[in-house]
Order: sequence, then C-alpha cells, then structure tokens
Amino acid sequence: MSQTVIESPAIETNGGTLRLPADAPLRLDSGATLAPLEIAYKTYGRLNAERSNAVLVCHALTGDQHAASAHPITGKPGWWSRVIGPGLPLDPDRYFIICTNVVGGCMGSTGPSSIDPATGKSYGLTFPVITIADMVRAQAMLLDVLEIETLFAVVGGSMGGMQALQWAADYPHRLHSAVCIAAAARHSAQNIAFHEVGRQAIMADPDWRGGAYEAHGVRPEKGLAVARMAAHITYLSEAALQRKFGRELQRDGLSWGFDAPDFQVESYLRYQGASFVDRFDANSYLYITRALDYFDLAASHGGVLANAFRRARDVRFCVLSFSSDWLYSTGESRDIVRALNAAGCRASFVEIETDKGHDAIFLEEPVLHSALRGFFESQASRRGLA
Amino acid sequence: MSALREDFKEILRLVRPNTRVLDIGCGEGDLLELLTQEKGVDGQGLEISPSGVAACLAKGIAAVQGDGDRDLDHFPTQAFDYAILSKTLQQMREPRHVLIELMRIADRALVSVPNFGHWRMRWALLTQGRMPETKALPDPWWSTPNIHLCTLRDFTTLCAELGLRIEACAAVSPDQPARSIDPARPVENWRAETALFLLTRERPRPPAPERAATGDLFD
Repeated sequence: MSQTVIESPAIETNGGTLRLPADAPLRLDSGATLAPLEIAYKTYGRLNAERSNAVLVCHALTGDQHAASAHPITGKPGWWSRVIGPGLPLDPDRYFIICTNVVGGCMGSTGPSSIDPATGKSYGLTFPVITIADMVRAQAMLLDVLEIETLFAVVGGSMGGMQALQWAADYPHRLHSAVCIAAAARHSAQNIAFHEVGRQAIMADPDWRGGAYEAHGVRPEKGLAVARMAAHITYLSEAALQRKFGRELQRDGLSWGFDAPDFQVESYLRYQGASFVDRFDANSYLYITRALDYFDLAASHGGVLANAFRRARDVRFCVLSFSSDWLYSTGESRDIVRALNAAGCRASFVEIETDKGHDAIFLEEPVLHSALRGFFESQASRRGLA
Repeated sequence: MSALREDFKEILRLVRPNTRVLDIGCGEGDLLELLTQEKGVDGQGLEISPSGVAACLAKGIAAVQGDGDRDLDHFPTQAFDYAILSKTLQQMREPRHVLIELMRIADRALVSVPNFGHWRMRWALLTQGRMPETKALPDPWWSTPNIHLCTLRDFTTLCAELGLRIEACAAVSPDQPARSIDPARPVENWRAETALFLLTRERPRPPAPERAATGDLFD
C-alpha cells in the first residue's frame, strides 16, 4: 500500500521452476495427490560450503516468490525489499534466501490455473483442496532437490508466519530458527467470515463460470477486485485509514450519485482492487483462502497447541505482532508464545507499536527491522555463520 | 560496560556458568547480556514494556513481552537453572504465587527485595508520620508501583512458610559493594537497604497442589 518508491537492490537473483516427475507426487492432507508438481522459486545470495546459511522466506496470501526483486508483471520492487537486501536484516551476502510460490498459487507453482495432465485443460475447481501443511510439504520437497538438509531460518508474515509454525511442527529437525510475524495458530471465525465475503464476491461474478472461466476466455475481474477491496480493509487500521484519507473528497463537492467515487478512500480501494486482478488468479484466491481457513495447528495435535511444538525444543523462535493489527491480533501471537513456552521452546516475542495495521509487515517499521536484525545476528553467531 | 551495577556484580558472582537463566522484568536486557558474555548462560527475558523487549531483541537477547504476574504459569516445570527477579517482587499482584512459580520453573531463584524495615524507613515514619521516600523507594505513595512492600523479616518468614532455603543473602545497593549477610540477624533488618537472596527448595520438588475433595468414596 505504500507509495514510496524504493530501488530494487542489486543482488544476485536466481531461481526457476522445479518440475517433479509424475512418480514423485505431492501427498495432500485431503488424501489426494498432486502430480506432476511444479514449484516456482527465487533465490538471493549463495549457499555456503557447509550448506548452513539457507533461509526460507514464506509469502502471504496474495504474495509470491518475488520477495526482493522486481515483480515481472507489475514491475514493482519485491514485497520484502525492506528486509531482504545488502545491509538489511536478511543480507544476501550472508544468507542464501529462498522464496517459493505456494502450491495453489498463480505465479508458476502448480495451482488451479495449471494444466491438468489428465484432461489437457486447466484444473479450475477440479484442483484438490490444499492446506498450509501441503504448502510446507512442497517446500520441503524443493529443499530436498536443492540438497538443503537444514534451514538456518524459516521466516514469514501472515500466511507466511503460519507456514513457519507448520515447519516447526512438521520438520523441527530441519530448522535452526523460525520467525512468525503477525500470524495466528488458527483462523478465527472473523477471519473465515471475511474470506467467505471474498469468495462469494468472486463466485457471484457472472464471468466466474463455475470456476471454468479460462475455457470461456473470460476472467471474473469484478468479483476478484471486490474480494481484494474487502480484504484490503482488514490489512489496515482504522487510525491509518483516517490519517491517510479521513473524509477527503476526490473533487470539489459531492457528486450526488454513484458513477464516480466521491471519497478518496473509495478511489484508493478501487485502485487496490483493479491493480490486483492484473497479477492474481481468482481460483487461486479461492483455494488459498480455503487453506488459511482450514489452518488450526492445535486441532491436528490433540487440541493442545503446545503439543505441536514439543519436538521443536532446539528451534529458536521469534514471534512479532503489531499493536493495530486486528486481522491477526497480538492475542493470537501471545497464544503462540505461551504454547512455545509450555512446550519448552525458547521464544522471543514483542508487540510492535504502530498504527499501520497488518500491512506493517511490508512497510517501513524500524522496530520490526531492528528486532529481525538482532534475532538473526544472535542466531547466526549461535549457528557459527560468518 | 564501564560502571557495573553492584547488584549485577553480585548476581554475576552467584550464577554458575553455562546455565539456563530466566530474568523476569529484564528491562533492556543489560543483566542478561552481561551474564551471556561473562558466564555463557542461555538466557531468556520476560519484560512488560514493548520498548524494553525490542531493545533486547536488537541486542540479540531472547525476550518475551509479558507480565510476570500472569505469564509464569505458562512456563514448564524446571525449565531453567535460575530465575532472576530483581526488585520486582514488591510490584507483583501476588508475590506469594510468583515465588511458588519461580521455584517451580527454576531450580534456584535470585530474588532481590527492598527492605521496608531499613532504619531510614522507620525513622521517616516515626518522625514525619508519612510514607517514606528514599533512594531505594523514591516515589510518593500515590504513584509508587510498589504495592507489596515487606521487611527483611517478612520475606524470610514467607520463605520458611513456602519451604524455601536461603542459600545465600547479600545486602546490595547500586553503588556500594555487596555485603554478605545473615538475614536472620535482627540488625540486618535495620541496616540492609535491599537484600538479594539465592533460594532453593527445602524439599526436592514442590508439594503437589492440594486437590479439592470430590466426595468420591475411593478418592
């Protein structure tokens, strides 16, 4: 949401698409399998000789693998250009940073817009329902191919933070540290409710065509834009909206009609919706919001969140929340920290004071950046990284 | 660190190297940083102020933003070798419960408390008839965070009641060298401004919480 233009840092960028053969399927929580599997990813920096400096950065709902390099469609700097780059907390001179597009995504990894080899057409709604654990399992498969046994850190905000927690639960022996920013261990009723509004907006668009819009050569752009507009409100705080827009008008005086936006905040939201549809697929939005809604880490561990972390006692955790984030509030992070403590895990936690809401993950937030820097520094020395 | 606080020096002396330490009310992590550098401890802080925790993280000290009154219950039993509570017990809503929790979480506790039985306190009360304001307790009654003040004798009595053994005790102040004392001597209840205690359990494990009778014949 920030309009500040920042230069894309000059860092070594690599990556590509991992194509796994049909006999190496991704086994999904639903019981289905997905094959052949493609995982699109970007890397920054170099893997050291000991293979001990790999950092997996996990993206949020509408993010992708372009974390620190210009986006191929929008041309904008990577979504975490303030964190990944020379002299920044995740410096490619020091770490080998990997970011994958999640399974179910629409930027090169297998998702509902991919071609189903059985039919030769895009999956659409025949794509299997996926979970956060499925996304993490696919990332682990990529690391196997890259021959990275242990990650120095898994890091993510929002849905990325949930993937970090899932990593700690499923692959604790492959982790040195984990950072979970503005996330939750489960989706609340309110979280699910907002997602349902978004999904219904997409499905109410006549161009959605029961999910088979590609075959009809159309896209449910209006529905997807409305979904984005509703979701975008949840990423901001009331205070930030008031500060940025208040009741400011687009023109002198009211229009006394509905043809054009009267208020600046309307215009801003319309822009957010309209620009989103250029880079995101409506069915991917359905599938990934579903994965988030299904997320409940305690439920898969006997209803006790601490049980999810019992095997992760050697992993060092950093949990961060934002005071004005009402999507995944500080209370959610506190529950995670208490469960980590109860499981005997070492955890750091701070609620960062800001009025920028959930979106603060991606914005200029000095306390966030100094906390990340301090955490990575101390973990690097514990890990013996130069 | 140039001018090392005298009470920190005493804590540094008492903590064994390469142990696990929980510092409750760790502030900006100065003590944990010192213990990490000098004793190689595996430290964890608990601090109520967000700016304090952020400062800890920036220094590479593991710290959790939380409330000692509420959040100790979430730590597992015997997770630490030492729990440190430096001049904070008197600010807790339930100091007795906090002490019990400290000794559940850690094998040893380092607890320092300002002594309300110090002669300056007694003198101020006696001569002015008003709540004392001293170097150790500088705030007026209406703004002090200290809601559960006690004397040295009060504290040792509570320790005895909870089955806690005082392994060591020293009179400390920020600017004078620590002085090893016997807290049972009445004179120390007059002259120790702040006392630092090293506590362990009399019994190997804390007593199991009493269960309410269920009325079941075979209970």
